[in-house]
Amino acid sequence: MDAIEGELKGLMTASLGGDEGAYRDVLGRLSRYLRGYYKSRLIQTARSPSDVEDLVQETLLAVHVRRHTYDPDQPFTPWLYAIARYKLIDYLRRTRTSLKNMPIDDVQEIAAHDDHVASESSLDLNQLLEQLTPTMRKAIRYVKLDGLSVAEAAARAGMSESAVKVNVHRGMKALSALIARGRSS
Amino acid sequence: MKTDDLVKMISTNLEAVDSREAPRLIFISAGLGAAVALAAMMLLLGIRTDLLEQHALLFVMVKSAFAGAIIGISLANLTRIARPGGERLVSFTLGLSPFGVALVAASVSLALAPLSDWKAMIVGQNWLLCLVCIPLNAIVPFAGIIWAMRQLAPTNLTLAGAMAGRAAGGISAFAYALHCTDDSFPFIALWYGLTIALCAVLGGVVGPRLLRW
Repeated sequence: MDAIEGELKGLMTASLGGDEGAYRDVLGRLSRYLRGYYKSRLIQTARSPSDVEDLVQETLLAVHVRRHTYDPDQPFTPWLYAIARYKLIDYLRRTRTSLKNMPIDDVQEIAAHDDHVASESSLDLNQLLEQLTPTMRKAIRYVKLDGLSVAEAAARAGMSESAVKVNVHRGMKALSALIARGRSS
Repeated sequence: MKTDDLVKMISTNLEAVDSREAPRLIFISAGLGAAVALAAMMLLLGIRTDLLEQHALLFVMVKSAFAGAIIGISLANLTRIARPGGERLVSFTLGLSPFGVALVAASVSLALAPLSDWKAMIVGQNWLLCLVCIPLNAIVPFAGIIWAMRQLAPTNLTLAGAMAGRAAGGISAFAYALHCTDDSFPFIALWYGLTIALCAVLGGVVGPRLLRW
């Protein structure tokens, strides 16, 4: 546990500074821990397997758009656990699953299962992007999907560089909110 | 969608972020809210005319200290509650301490006063104005602090809403203290304490609806 905490914390701290490699690494590991955690929590509710992956992806996106709330002076695992549990309880409330069937857990649980057996989620990125404003959609496509630099994306979209950054930022927040809200309807 | 694809998308062209944004947003929104609350109070009610007399000044300072302690503790707590899991760092004993001190001061001053003065000391003259103005004038600071919290990630939404309400109630009470001419410790403990607690309860009720993410 302490070794995992140390590694994750180091990777996350580097990610806050903009280190893409560290970030990809930590997100890959988080997705395996989150999958293991949600599978073990949802085992009794017997919902479709894509529900676990939906929750994993919703939580990863929440981690991303709220990463500025991680304080590098504090341990990382409790921060991740709090988000994972918040999203789990939110999911259970939305789907009206009784909390009584849920095993009690604590912070140790979050990195207890390393599960790489991924199934596809029911989320469709293209459909989600369609629901954003055209500028947000364009900014995310160029910068996050096509991998253009902010300067290149700005030139192609005919926007200023700061407008591209703002639209990527707002667009990612909107995607996160869409997924959280989409479940409730 | 495959999770690996999502991870790739999220991490592409990663922007650096500042982890000190939580306290910054909270303090700025509370500061702006306080400026609006002070301006509204001065325009609509005005500052008490005897402000510079010694007795009045003393009580303005006592009321401001009480409200200031509430504001300080609430904002410090909000900077913790704004981060996932941060609610475990909130001390309830510290949070209740300003109310405790006010109650002790009220009891002592009642014990020293003749029984015939008690009613005037407790009920005062403008308790209704205090009860109405403090929650009303807390609305703008409350909205500001809630806006800040929505940019952050509280995981206990009831506590986050209650603490935002409490901070806003404290700010509003701080402004009202410049107008209020009810100068007694029991009045402060009862009416200031009660209205701030009311703001906290209302904030706690609406918190989960306003702060969900």
